[in-house]
Amino acid sequence: MNILLKNSRLIEPVSGRDTVTDILIVDGIIEKIGVSVVANKNTELYDLKGKIVAPGFLDMHVHLREPGFEYKETIETGTLAAAAGGFTAVCCMPNTNPTIDDASVVQYIKDRSRKVNKGIVDVYPVAAVTKGREGKELSPMFELVEAGVVGFTDDGSPIENPEIMRRALEYASMLNKPIIQHAEELTLTRGGVMNEGRVSTSLGMQPMPSIAEEIVIERDIRIAKYVDAQYHVAHISTAGSIELIREAKKKGLPVTCEVTPHHFSLTDEAVRSFDSNTKMNPPLRTRDDVEAIKEGLRNGIIDAIATDHAPHSYDDKQVEYMFAPFGIVGLETALGLAIKELVDTKILTIAELIEKFSHNPRKILHLPQIKIAEGEIANLTLFDPSIEWVVDIRKFKSKSKNSPFDGYKLRGKAVGIINNRSFLFSS
Amino acid sequence: MPLTSKHLLGLDGMPKEDIQLILETATSFREVLERPIKKVPTLQGKTIVNLFFESSTRTRISFELAERRLSADVINFSADASSVRKGETLKDTARNIEVMKVDMVVIRHAAPGSAHFLSNVVQANVINAGDGSHEHPTQALLDMYTIREKYGTLEGLQICIVGDISHSRVALSNIYGLRTMGAKVSVCGPKTLIPKNIEDLGVEAFYNVDDAIRQADILNVLRIQLERQDRALFPSLREYRQYFGITRERITKAKKEITIMHPGPINRDVELSADLADGEHSLILQQVLNGVAVRMAILYLLGTQH
Repeated sequence: MNILLKNSRLIEPVSGRDTVTDILIVDGIIEKIGVSVVANKNTELYDLKGKIVAPGFLDMHVHLREPGFEYKETIETGTLAAAAGGFTAVCCMPNTNPTIDDASVVQYIKDRSRKVNKGIVDVYPVAAVTKGREGKELSPMFELVEAGVVGFTDDGSPIENPEIMRRALEYASMLNKPIIQHAEELTLTRGGVMNEGRVSTSLGMQPMPSIAEEIVIERDIRIAKYVDAQYHVAHISTAGSIELIREAKKKGLPVTCEVTPHHFSLTDEAVRSFDSNTKMNPPLRTRDDVEAIKEGLRNGIIDAIATDHAPHSYDDKQVEYMFAPFGIVGLETALGLAIKELVDTKILTIAELIEKFSHNPRKILHLPQIKIAEGEIANLTLFDPSIEWVVDIRKFKSKSKNSPFDGYKLRGKAVGIINNRSFLFSS
Repeated sequence: MPLTSKHLLGLDGMPKEDIQLILETATSFREVLERPIKKVPTLQGKTIVNLFFESSTRTRISFELAERRLSADVINFSADASSVRKGETLKDTARNIEVMKVDMVVIRHAAPGSAHFLSNVVQANVINAGDGSHEHPTQALLDMYTIREKYGTLEGLQICIVGDISHSRVALSNIYGLRTMGAKVSVCGPKTLIPKNIEDLGVEAFYNVDDAIRQADILNVLRIQLERQDRALFPSLREYRQYFGITRERITKAKKEITIMHPGPINRDVELSADLADGEHSLILQQVLNGVAVRMAILYLLGTQH
C-alpha cells in the first residue's frame, strides 16, 4: 500500500505542527514528509487540497453490541461506521452478552476486530468493573489487562456501592488503568426518561434530575482522592458535574471526563417531538448545561469527545417514548457536529479539537501517542473541515440508524483513515 | 371553519379559536342530549376504535356514548398496556386496526406522547383520551365547558387545581387550556406531588390549602392515588386528608362561594368531603353530562371536517 497525500494540511497538536505538505506512505509506514514529494508508479495519489491530516481519532465510548446483540450492531459494522466517521480506534463497552468480564470475551473481540475491514480500526475493549456488571464482585482485572483491556466500567449501570468503587479504584490503580463511571444515582432516576426541568414538567414525563449525576461524581472524587487512583467520568452532562471536575482538577487529582456530541448539540427541548431518538442516558439537558459544556471544552475541563455510540434497531426504538431504550448512534455524526458546534463557533481551534479526539483519550487510557513522522506507522484521520453535508441515516454504515440528527446540515466530514497498513477513503 | 389540526392530541399550543369552536359546538350537542331522541346521523358510516390500554370506566363510556349518539360504528379494544408490550407493539396494533379502514382512533395509554406517536404511524384522526401523566384534553375541555356554562366566561376566573399535580394529565391539560382562555390557574398540594418547575408553566403553586382557597373561585380537586405512597411522596392518606383535603370547614372559612369540580372517580372524604361533592356548589355531575356533549363536538369537528 503506497499512498501519496498531496497538499495536505498536517496538524499535529502535540508538536504544534500545522503545515501544508506532502506525505508519502509506503507499506503503511510514513516514508517522507515534505514539499513536492514525487510518487513512483505504484503509488496512489490523493490531492488533499484544503483537507486536514491528523493523528488518528479514538472514540473511547462505543457500544459495538457484539457478542450478544448482533441485530443492533456487529464488530464489523460498528468499526466500519467508526472508519466512516474518521476514527482509527474505538473502545468498546462491556455491556455485551456475555459481558466483557472474562479474558476469552476480550480475545474474541480482538480477534474479530483484526479480521473485519482488514483490521483498519483498532478495537480496545473496556472490561466490566464487576462480574456481570452486577456491582458485587470485582472482575479479574489482571487477567483482563493481560488480554488487552484498557480500562474498566460497568457502563449502562453505575457502580453504586461506594465500597465496591473504592476497591475497584484501588485494584485498577495497581494496573495503571482508569475506572470509568456512568454516574447516576438510580434511586433518583427511577422510572425517569428525560431531564427534570420545564420540558419534563410540560410533557408530564418522568424526570431524571441533574443531581442524580452530580451526587455520584462528588462521592467518587472523594473516594478517588482518598485512595489516590485514576477516575474518569463517562458522558458528563450537567453544569454541576463540570464544576465538580473543575474543582478536582484544581486540586491536582487524576480525574478526567468526556462529553458526547449530542450533549453539546441538543437540549431537552428536542424531546418535545416525542422522537425516541432524543432518549438517551444521561438525558439531554438544558441550555445552561450545554453552555457549561461548551465552556468546559474551551477551558480544558472536559478532556475528550466520545460518542457513546449506542445502536438500537428500528423496531427497538419505534415504541412509546417511555418504553424505548436509551441511546443513539454517534460515530458518523461526531466530527460534523463537533466542527459545527465547537470550531465554527470558535470555542475550539482545529488543533484543540484534534486533541479531544485523539491525544487526550489516548492519554487517559495510557495508550501510546500517535506520531506523524518519517519512519512511523501511519495512523491518520483525514477530514475536510469546511464541507457542508446533510445527514442521511440511510447512508450510515452502522447497522442501526437511531439518530436524532437525520436531515441536519453539518459542516466537516471525514474523508478517510489510514491505519494498520490499510486505508479507507470515503467516496 | 375547521379545527387547525386533524388530531386532538393535547391543549398545549392549541389556538384559542379552536378551543372556542369546540366549546361552542358542544353547546348545540348539549341541546341534543335534552331531546327525547338523543341520536343524530352526523357520523353515519364512520368507524371509530376506542383503543384503551389502561383501564377507564367513565372516559370510555363517555366516548362510546358520544360516538353512538353521532351514529358512528364503534369498536372497543381494551388491553393492559403491559400485556400488549410483551407481544404486539402499539404500532403494530394500530396498523392492524387501521388496515381494516378505521376513520378515527381514540387512545388511552399509560405512556406520555403515545397519542402523538400514534398520529405519526396511522392516517386516521387520533383523539387523545389520556396519555400517561401528559395530557387529557377532552377532560380539560369539558371542565372548561362546565365552568363557562356557570360563569359565562373563563376570562379572569381563578381556578386552583388541588392534589397530585406531578402525575396528573388532567392538571396539565387544564393549565394549558385555561391559560389560553384567559383564566388564572394555580395548583395546590404537597410539594412532593407538584413538579419542581411548575411555575414555568405560568401557574402559582400553593403548599397551604387555605391560602389556595382564599384566592380561588373554583377548586378542581384531583383524585389522590393511594399507590403513590410507596415512593415516599406523602406519609399517609390520613395526613393528606387533614392538611390538603377539601372540607366544608375550609370552604366556610373563605367566606365566599367556591365552586367544586372533580374529574372523578372521587375518593370520598379523602381529597374531598362527601357533603361538598354532593353539595350545592358542586359541578361534578354536570361535568359528566357535559363530557358527552364536548366529546360529540370533537368527534364531529374532526370526523366531518378533516
